[in-house]
Amino acid sequence: MYTELIMIVMGISLVLYMILGGADFGAGIIELFIGDKSNSTVSRAMAPVWEANHMWLVIAIVILFNGFPKAYVILSTNLHIPILLFLIAIIFRGTAFTFRHYDAYHDKSEKLYSAIFRYSSLLAVFFLGVTISAFFSGTIPNDNTGSFTEQYIYPWFNWFALSVGIFLVTISAYIAGIFLLGEVKTESGYNSIRKFISYTFGLSIISGISIFMTSFFSDLQFHKLFLNHPLSIGTGIIVTLMVPYIFRLIKSRNIWKMRFAVGTQMLLIMIGWFIIQWPNLVVFSDGTSLTMHNAAGPTATMKVLFIALAIGVVIIFPALYFLFRLFKAEPNLK
Amino acid sequence: MEDLLAARMQMAISLGWHIIFACIGMAMPFFMAYAEWKWMKTKDPIYLDLAKSWSKGVAIFFAVGAVSGTLLSFELGLLWPTFMEHAGPIFGMPFSMEGTAFFVEAIALGVFLYGWDKISPIAHWISGLLVGISGVMSGIFVVAANAWMNSPAGFDFIDGEYINIDPVAAMFNDAWFTQATHMTFAAFASTGFAVAGVHAIMLLRGHKIRFHKEALKIALIFGAIAAFAMPITGDLAAKDVAKRQPAKLAAMEAHYHTSKNAPLIIGGIPNDETQKVEYAIEIPGGLSFLAHGDFDAEVIGLDQIPEDERPPTIVVHFAFQIMVGLGSLMMLIGFIYFFMRWRKWDYINSKWWLRLLALATPIGFIALEAGWTVTEVGRQPWIIYKVMRTKDALTPMPGIQFSLITVVFVYSILTLAVIWLMYRQIKSIHEKYNA
Repeated sequence: MYTELIMIVMGISLVLYMILGGADFGAGIIELFIGDKSNSTVSRAMAPVWEANHMWLVIAIVILFNGFPKAYVILSTNLHIPILLFLIAIIFRGTAFTFRHYDAYHDKSEKLYSAIFRYSSLLAVFFLGVTISAFFSGTIPNDNTGSFTEQYIYPWFNWFALSVGIFLVTISAYIAGIFLLGEVKTESGYNSIRKFISYTFGLSIISGISIFMTSFFSDLQFHKLFLNHPLSIGTGIIVTLMVPYIFRLIKSRNIWKMRFAVGTQMLLIMIGWFIIQWPNLVVFSDGTSLTMHNAAGPTATMKVLFIALAIGVVIIFPALYFLFRLFKAEPNLK
Repeated sequence: MEDLLAARMQMAISLGWHIIFACIGMAMPFFMAYAEWKWMKTKDPIYLDLAKSWSKGVAIFFAVGAVSGTLLSFELGLLWPTFMEHAGPIFGMPFSMEGTAFFVEAIALGVFLYGWDKISPIAHWISGLLVGISGVMSGIFVVAANAWMNSPAGFDFIDGEYINIDPVAAMFNDAWFTQATHMTFAAFASTGFAVAGVHAIMLLRGHKIRFHKEALKIALIFGAIAAFAMPITGDLAAKDVAKRQPAKLAAMEAHYHTSKNAPLIIGGIPNDETQKVEYAIEIPGGLSFLAHGDFDAEVIGLDQIPEDERPPTIVVHFAFQIMVGLGSLMMLIGFIYFFMRWRKWDYINSKWWLRLLALATPIGFIALEAGWTVTEVGRQPWIIYKVMRTKDALTPMPGIQFSLITVVFVYSILTLAVIWLMYRQIKSIHEKYNA
């Protein structure tokens, strides 16, 4: 029972990371495409909350190595390279953002910080997607007899992983666009972000389709899993049907409904993914899989971990509520 | 380069780098909260300025510490998967609690940095204090996990299987308390001396403004008090090591031959081949007394440790000498400081004193790194003491040297960037005060 509960907590952490961390990465991507005129909005919106947004990843990874060590080991062995690249991008974007914000002088160096922040935001979320794809693509071998390429390269270096990476980039940019609509102060700013959202939306659909196509043509596991789970298909349909509604909200400038709707979309996408995944943590290339029950630590560990997480939830959520209330209660554009 | 060596170097660099930022993140929020407290009490704007300037430093150090810590949480698996597979469920509990503490720290820091006009002064001050408290808690949790590697507990290791796992017993292992207290005070001592030293340098360079004088006073109080706590907590830690890890103690002291009334060896160059320490000062019975509280107690030497279970004597011995030497120096400086305060000397304008503090800027952090080297290298060749060897924990992925080169490259850039940013922070203060 603890195994399932802990898995759910990890799922919640991942959903929150997808939404909050995604908005953060996406903010960097927006800057990359819209340019300097967006950067004061991004800084103002992100600065008080970005550190907290990235804690969800730390929580998820701690749960993984504490509660599901076998999955953590597979992840960090076969996906060593994309994880390292992801982490380096994380380091660069976080520090560049902080440096830009806190440097005592706002001179030429700001351009450099901005460039690093923007490119590494895009790369971070791309490599995150590439890494995550390997959990359900069925590209990781179930033994360690293969060549270097089979073991350490192919699991993440394939068309499917590329599609998932791009998909994550586009939806992060989309989430960030929606969040930033509530933060911009000028009419022209609102319109340029609005235009940007349409593009990210189009690209999300294209990359979303290419995820299925690449899985199908490379004969991977993902599309088979998806088609076997009507509930996942259902969430996919709802997410798509919500789009016209969100465009109406953007037009009528209903900031909170818009944010809520996008949050719901992301939640549904993640639920769709979890349904496919449950109870597997990693799907191997031979069609077998590592389930959460196989990977779970001993009962004593799961129990203690669950208690520690429960205490954490009781402390973190009220504190987070306070933080967001303090800084995000009133969107600037009424 | 061999993968094992590359992986060990990468781990050492990542930890050694992170530890500096983590320690500043533990101690500096208290300096900042203290300054804010003084501002609330005196309404002297210089303290408000100080709290704000330091908070910018904390923000920069925290961000760097947070991202390098994220790297570490993955690096454990990237480099030592076999270790994590078995250790994860046993020693993971402090990490899961550290996650919460770290989260609170991030939230409290957000509130402190951006909430100046949004909440009451007292609430704001509390948020600053919370940054420090949760930072210290994070540090304690992480050190407790490290202590478990030195003092494995909370499981039975039978026929290569880890059974009867008890994560609570693992967290409260025999070493956690002595290691955590020693580390926490070390954070305050090293950060206090570094911050005081930087402000002393500024005063010496002719920026004779009150800003630096008040800053120096606050930082030095923390640094000096903590410096006195170092030998006490260090002594507890050493006695504990003597009991649990005789090999580590023997390497620290370059104590080759098991003996009663063992001498304390100061300095010297240990020679593994002749099993002698050349050019050392010896205090008869000193080691027996320090390790066991009795001048005639027997202290196990390296001769009783199987050859393939001995840590590298030279590294551990030198690191230990550096730590103790610099620690003693810091205590001496602390003593002079309290003496001058007691005699009401005008120390803040005394050139020789400022010069001494300026020279002492890095010594706390050098001692910290040396101490870390003692505990980590002193545990070798084990990753889990007496249970798993470091070489058996290594990732099967070849080519770790490329990963090492990448990490070195990234951290070198970041080090330069942080120095450059701090330089500019200070410069902006001087422009503000026309000093």
